[in-house]
Amino acid sequence: MAIRVFLLLPVFLSSAIVSFSLYEDQAGLADWHQRYIGKVKHAVFHTQKTGRKRVIVSTEENVVASLDLRHGEIFWRHVLGTKDAIDGVGIALGKYVITLSSEGSTLRAWNLPDGQMVWETALHSAHHSKSLLSVPINLKVDKDYPITVFGGGYLHAVSALDGEVLWEKDFTAEGFEVQRVLQPLGSTVIYVLGFVNLSEAVVYQIDSKSGEVLAQKSMAFPGGFSGEISSVSSDKVVVLDSTKSILVTIGFLDGDISFQKTPISDLVEDSGNAEILSPLLSNMLAVKVNKRTVFVKVGGEGKLEVVDSLSDETAMSDSLAVADDQEAFASVHHEGSKIHLMVKLVNELDNVLLRETIEMDQHRGRVHKVFMNNYIRTDRSNGFRALIVMEDHSLLLLQQGAIVWSREEGLASVTDVTTAELPVEKDGVSVAKVEHTLFEWLKGHVLKLKGSLLLASPEDVVAIQELRVKSSGKNKLTRDHNGFRKLILALTRGGKLFALHTGDGRIVWSMLLKSQACERPNGISLYQWQVPHHHAMDKNPSVLVVGRCGSDSSAPGVLSFVDVYTGKEITSSDIGHSVVQVLPLPFTDSTEQRLHLIADTVGHVHLYPKTSEALSIFQREFQNIYWYTVEADDGIIRGHVMKSSCSGETADEYCFTTRELWTVVFPSESEKIISTLTRKSNEVVHTQAKVNTDQDLLYKYVSKNLLFVATVSPKGAGEIGSVTPEESSLVVYLIDTITGRILHRLSHQGCQGPVHAVFSENWVVYHYFNLRAHKYEVTVVEIYDQSRAENKNVWKLILGKHNLTAPITSYSRPEVFTKSQSYFFAQSVKTIAVTSTAKGITSKQLLIGTIGDQILALDKRFVDPRRTLNPSQAEKEEGIIPLTDSLPIIPQSYVTHSHRVEGLRGIVTAPSKLESTTHVFAYGVDLFYTRLAPSKTYDSLTDDFSYALLLITIVVLVAAIYITWALSEKKELSEKWR
Amino acid sequence: MAKLTLVFFLSFLIFSSSIAFQSDELLVDDDEFGLEGAKPRSTDLYTSSSSPQQQQQQSPTIRRRYSDPTDLDSKVQFTLEHAFGDSDFSPAGTFSARLKTWSHGGKTLTKLRFSRNDFSAEEKDAFKNLLKGDDFYRIRLPSNVVSPRGREFVVASVRARCLPRDGLDEHFIIHMEGANILAVSYGSPGACQYPRQFKLPAKWSFNSHTILKSSEQAPRTPIFTEEILGSENAEGEVEPPPERSFWAKYWMYLIPLGLVVMNAVTQASNMAEEPTGGQAGGAQVQQPARRR
Repeated sequence: MAIRVFLLLPVFLSSAIVSFSLYEDQAGLADWHQRYIGKVKHAVFHTQKTGRKRVIVSTEENVVASLDLRHGEIFWRHVLGTKDAIDGVGIALGKYVITLSSEGSTLRAWNLPDGQMVWETALHSAHHSKSLLSVPINLKVDKDYPITVFGGGYLHAVSALDGEVLWEKDFTAEGFEVQRVLQPLGSTVIYVLGFVNLSEAVVYQIDSKSGEVLAQKSMAFPGGFSGEISSVSSDKVVVLDSTKSILVTIGFLDGDISFQKTPISDLVEDSGNAEILSPLLSNMLAVKVNKRTVFVKVGGEGKLEVVDSLSDETAMSDSLAVADDQEAFASVHHEGSKIHLMVKLVNELDNVLLRETIEMDQHRGRVHKVFMNNYIRTDRSNGFRALIVMEDHSLLLLQQGAIVWSREEGLASVTDVTTAELPVEKDGVSVAKVEHTLFEWLKGHVLKLKGSLLLASPEDVVAIQELRVKSSGKNKLTRDHNGFRKLILALTRGGKLFALHTGDGRIVWSMLLKSQACERPNGISLYQWQVPHHHAMDKNPSVLVVGRCGSDSSAPGVLSFVDVYTGKEITSSDIGHSVVQVLPLPFTDSTEQRLHLIADTVGHVHLYPKTSEALSIFQREFQNIYWYTVEADDGIIRGHVMKSSCSGETADEYCFTTRELWTVVFPSESEKIISTLTRKSNEVVHTQAKVNTDQDLLYKYVSKNLLFVATVSPKGAGEIGSVTPEESSLVVYLIDTITGRILHRLSHQGCQGPVHAVFSENWVVYHYFNLRAHKYEVTVVEIYDQSRAENKNVWKLILGKHNLTAPITSYSRPEVFTKSQSYFFAQSVKTIAVTSTAKGITSKQLLIGTIGDQILALDKRFVDPRRTLNPSQAEKEEGIIPLTDSLPIIPQSYVTHSHRVEGLRGIVTAPSKLESTTHVFAYGVDLFYTRLAPSKTYDSLTDDFSYALLLITIVVLVAAIYITWALSEKKELSEKWR
Repeated sequence: MAKLTLVFFLSFLIFSSSIAFQSDELLVDDDEFGLEGAKPRSTDLYTSSSSPQQQQQQSPTIRRRYSDPTDLDSKVQFTLEHAFGDSDFSPAGTFSARLKTWSHGGKTLTKLRFSRNDFSAEEKDAFKNLLKGDDFYRIRLPSNVVSPRGREFVVASVRARCLPRDGLDEHFIIHMEGANILAVSYGSPGACQYPRQFKLPAKWSFNSHTILKSSEQAPRTPIFTEEILGSENAEGEVEPPPERSFWAKYWMYLIPLGLVVMNAVTQASNMAEEPTGGQAGGAQVQQPARRR
């Protein structure tokens, strides 16, 4: 009976079409949205005239933004496309922000106060080259001082006023690389310095008005250049030669080229290879030799002399004019937990204008970049402020020896997300504040009552809103009964782990990944390491952070184990081998530490934790551990099985070799792997069977070992529309990863990627482009098990003659069948996810990250392959929607409502304890969190449920019963007396 | 229910007899490869081959087929190789087929035949070792049947204990794309019980079943916006729900009505008999008397 009820429950749940939507006053109750910009690359200060001081920044996330210097808030920002990397930023005419992007082929002007785009110019581009932007510092509206842009082999002069290209000059000659475009202040001559094959310096003098070449000089340099260059003044640059041991000063005054060589050994004793640092200092350059920063002054005749040297961990800003002919620059270096900010004059390095010491959080790492800005103090002296970018990508403003504001920009580049529970509320220590007085409690309920009876005035509505937020206690740091309060653990590209509270999105703790082996490991992925819930209850849960020293996949890995409650690193280890794949195993040891296998590039796998207990558990299951690798470039998928312990001297007993079990080879001339996907390993499937219309059962083929693969013709791997429908086809596969069997294979002719897919229970939904129909399509594939189809007979179930409890092995020949159906979908998609709930009973919603950076919730029933054109009555009762050719986009079902998650990259769902509700966290440049109830909150009362009304009703009813009882008694008595 | 079971049983008998009968002929020699999913039996190419004696019987048919002069078709042969556990691969059999080249340039493999070499004495020993250790028996095929050299191999493996029944039963599903082999699924034709028992085969000969599978075309997404609009209109007018009988429509009203009427009738008849003006208690006292 119970089985029957559970089978019917989903049917019952799905019988009502539930569309998710919010009322206006519910926005922001359960959700939050945070705006970020990413790691700052360039910063341009704007201090002239306007009262509100701003800084214009461009970032590695391709964002150009205007920040408030007082508070660090975003005035405006624009997120350019992922391929539209920003090369340079400047301010022109005192009112336009100029950005150069896409390798110097797009120039845009934004209005400084409000960020409106003023003009956009696409520049001619021939090949990849350096892109250089120079904006003249000139407030005059004058065509004599155009913006000069070099990019794609062409030099362009663009009018700042309207973006018109005044002239362009071709520098696409073979082997010629433009290195610097310089324009002396007030001059109309532009110097273009370039190298031919890195062995000959060429200087062009170009008239800035007409673009005519006034003079061209070239001079060969026998040693050859290395390409590292620093311009020290308007007529001099310093270059490193190809051996990186000689500094060459190139002077090109009046068009005559002169070289002056200075070996670095003359400047610094026992020197090795040198490296020119990026800060632009006037008549000076900074060189990194022997892990020290050496300041080299460039004399009038190109003579070099060392003026100062600093320890390695120093970050410097460009120099800035402070007085008439004086330039200053800022440098920041670390000392213990403090950083020292110094502003010095370029000419007199002993003259320190400013020296400040600031306490700095260790988890921000080192200072990466410094941008300096000066201002006039109230006492008319020069003041300095510095914008610093730290190793964890955070952005801070330092002024008057304090951190004025900070922005955690690391969160704009989240790479992996997981969730964790908060600690249980201890008995003695109540975190919740004591309930306020009875009067306030009553008042609150009266207000709520008013609200629910639609009697509330606007002020009351606001009061109710506040009350709700306060009373929900959603920001407490303890576990709640419904599992609504959780920690979202987000690992960023900078290697920092953040714990965000689901209530309001604040950072509970953060931790920078550290390693002995390398300076700054990158964060790769995040795993649940220890989640005590049966044993080891005294232990705090912990997560495993996997990092890597360097971007190459063969670089050695770093493991870090972090306590979730405190945010402290328990241990960290440099594992000495590379990390290609991390496989969480379905086994835990006695302290509930999960066993993980880490595969390296050599083909070995390593078991963690390295304990004998883990080893014995692993040895027990040795035969049944399989894994697979995808070689996307070669189009091969391989299955592996454990073989034996590693041999060799370096190997320990936790290292194992593997052998190949199966391969699937996609023909390279016709198929290229573009997407692979598996089910989430922690997904819960409640019902194994699906009740059909005619009381028939369909058994879902629920296997954890299914891999979805999408391949496309090599020609069709490019942009949409670059091929004809005949040339491109898309093939999708479902592959069993134990045996390599292809369980399902379907080819879509005339279709093209990119493929975005989601895999849950026994179905896959994928999104691609149909070239024939010129539309995006969504296809659903559901896979059912036929081997258990005969278990429908009740007698068999009663007599136990069924094979439901028999172990399932992949070596049996699978008897499966698939059902699939395609629909058109009007939008381009960035990512797809699916809701997940605690028991998997609640019906599912697809969460589609659209091209507009919003998240659309689409009920799974819309992508049911059993939809028919005219569903019968029984099918309608089951909840089958009549077939349409396209999927509906219901405006109310955007879960992000009015927000946009700029640069959306991923959506993560996690179940709460309440079966109806799921946590949704979306990340990109922005972060967004909300709670969803795909079938409405059928298992709890809503927050605004009026208990007072219920209470009053009960009281009134009781009173009424009592009164009527008394009355009837009285009447009866009088009857009897009659 | 019993009838259904009987029918099921009969059909099972028929089905099982068809399994027991090992056909020595190609079941399908149709050149056409249609949609795989629609009618799988007709499109998958089945080959069954057993011991060498049976292949001897097969040979006349082979010759006749091969003598067919067709310009576009060419014969191809590729070898199946096997390995025991970690041993090196060695030849284990030969697939021969015809490669049909279509006018549009596509190629398909037809008329697949398979001759399996029997195990040699060493191989038998090796296989027994595999059975003892529950180790993997691995096979591989070239990923391209036309130019097998220099290409990757398509590998598949199975736990050796899954194969032995009476003989050694094996089942290949070869996934093709033109002249390329994408993957091969290899295993026993039926289930492989999970705690795998150690069992030696009675006969050391292979019962091989082979299926060639090519890609299934996705159905085109239906476009029927106009039709839907049309059909919605039509639905209202042309297709009224089938008229039901009066009783079917109004039974839920009629039954209570009937009850009420019946009740009323009995009441009325009782009333007629009852003496009027009696008290409630009196009526109760009187009732047994009335029955008498």
